Amino acid sequence: MGAVDVAELVMAYGDFRAVDGISFEVGEGEFFGILGPNGAGKTTTLELIEGLRKPASGSVRLLGEVPWPRNSGLLPRIGVQLQASAFFERLDAREQIHTFASMYGVSTARGDEWLERVGLTEKAGVAAEKLSGGQAQRLAIACALVHDPEVVFLDEPTAALDPQARRNLWDLLSGLNDDGRTVILTTHYMDEAEVLCDRVAIMDHGKILKLGSPAELIRGLDAPVRITIADAQLSVAEAGRIAGVDDASEEAAGLVLTTRRPADVLTALAGGDQLDGLQVKAATLEDVFLDVTGREYRA
Amino acid sequence: MKAFKAIAVAILKGFVRDKASVFFAIVFPLMFLVLFGGIFNNTESSPVETKSVGEVALIDGLPKDAKEAFDESFDVEQVDAADRDDAIAEVRKGDLDLVLEQDGDTLVAHYTQTDQVKAATIRGVLQAFVDGTNVAVTGQEPKFSLQAESVEDDSMQMIDFVTPGLLGWAIAMSAAFGAAATLNGWRTTKLLRRIQLSPVPTGVVVGARVVATMLIALVQTAIFLGLGTVAFGLNLTGSWWMSVPLVMCGTLCFLAVGLLSGAVAKTTEGAVNMANFLVLPMAFLSGSFFPLDSAPGWLQVISKAMPLRHLNDGMLDVMVRGEGPAAALVPMGILLVFAAVLTAIAAKLFRWDTV
Repeated sequence: MGAVDVAELVMAYGDFRAVDGISFEVGEGEFFGILGPNGAGKTTTLELIEGLRKPASGSVRLLGEVPWPRNSGLLPRIGVQLQASAFFERLDAREQIHTFASMYGVSTARGDEWLERVGLTEKAGVAAEKLSGGQAQRLAIACALVHDPEVVFLDEPTAALDPQARRNLWDLLSGLNDDGRTVILTTHYMDEAEVLCDRVAIMDHGKILKLGSPAELIRGLDAPVRITIADAQLSVAEAGRIAGVDDASEEAAGLVLTTRRPADVLTALAGGDQLDGLQVKAATLEDVFLDVTGREYRA
Repeated sequence: MKAFKAIAVAILKGFVRDKASVFFAIVFPLMFLVLFGGIFNNTESSPVETKSVGEVALIDGLPKDAKEAFDESFDVEQVDAADRDDAIAEVRKGDLDLVLEQDGDTLVAHYTQTDQVKAATIRGVLQAFVDGTNVAVTGQEPKFSLQAESVEDDSMQMIDFVTPGLLGWAIAMSAAFGAAATLNGWRTTKLLRRIQLSPVPTGVVVGARVVATMLIALVQTAIFLGLGTVAFGLNLTGSWWMSVPLVMCGTLCFLAVGLLSGAVAKTTEGAVNMANFLVLPMAFLSGSFFPLDSAPGWLQVISKAMPLRHLNDGMLDVMVRGEGPAAALVPMGILLVFAAVLTAIAAKLFRWDTV
């Protein structure tokens, strides 16, 4: 039995179908990502699984139980971090996590442990409103995990963070399912899903377009690798004759070779000592998105 | 129980650390108490500033004790007949209260009606001196005499009237604003959703908010009654302790007003403005700032439809009018009915999300 089992789930606001017949399973201990641009239906999907909303049709099982209407037996087993920073006004970081610890009936010492684990011990006396975006997200994550839930939901934990703060948070997030916990995360960052998630559901317009591990999805694309080297080491014609090169062209960044056999091409270039300014770019989830929707991915 | 205490403590800490909330709940109403209680409490009127044109035989010829009584009320400066018109002009401008002159057996008083109370006093007192003198010249002992007794406690003062009303207003404000701001603030930050996704039952969250607000209201009451008694000579009567359950019921009622505001408004600012819009006019119409005894009948009817009016009346009765504990029961009942009805409407209008 999986941690989450969603079948033919639909949520509509009037004529607008925010979630339009999606089905997927999340296994226990899995790090599962729901990826898509703003308005794709990610948050609504999460809210349906958490039991905040009543599905228009279809079914949700969370840890084998029906989450809606409010299932108080289920709530101690799940942890949630919501999009906005949902804190009590004017309490400092320690008071916030102690309050949440008490709400879940666990000792406040556990709160202090989590504060330590997310690296906020030094900021314990700072009001939540005064924390930086990254620190506030860390606190929200700590508050979601203080009672050691079996499943934790993270709704865009890195939204509105600068790239440095995002990457810092990844270190924390990637360890969350180490002890068998199931993590379900929404994000509109492709790179984030690629780095963190065991499996990803790519959503757009309320539907799941692709579902699988990031590596599988990218491999499934059969997209070529782009190898760029500095100009004037090879002519376009010479490059085109290297075995395995599908196409060669001169671009602003340099000479670009596209290939499905990057190992052979790189070996040939190395043999000719022609690796100056080398860049190798494999396909990413953005290319998967482009492939399934026919349009550029814009977060 | 642990969750209940934790949430109540979180709310109280949030309140105490919010300087604006503390100001509007406690300092602001206290400023009015100081204003009404401290400044207007001085009921001793100043003597009537008077200029007499030449000699005024009737006054000068008063018996010794009557002359002393006259001098207590009137501060007389004698001027020459030539200055008579100037003196009357001073009265007209308001620089002087009274010009007295005697024309044969007639005492002529020039005064202004601008200050009606003072004008009435001048007329009444002068008439009394004239009548007294008339009786005296007949040589007969007066047959009738007057003994004046105020039905109010001798010590009943301005402060005793204003404290219950201002306290009622203070409690209404902090309960309504607190509930409105909490509901909308928590909804905006999604804390409401976050709590909904914790195992804490809704009743515990609501109970924590109610208890926190009641504690704030009791602190307000203690400060008002304490400061009023110590600094301004407030006289609490017998069953003033009934103001505690009254304050509780009032808090419930205005929490409901705040809930309604919070449920209707979309933003925190909107909710607080809405609460203000409901509470401030209600405070005027409920006699929190001045008594409504002389207000027209239709205003009295509107006033009776305001929950704050009943809170104020109940507190006046038990705190300073010396009524028994039972006087608070009907107002308490009315407040609870208001609380129940408003909460029901708020629950009907309530939405979990801001969208």
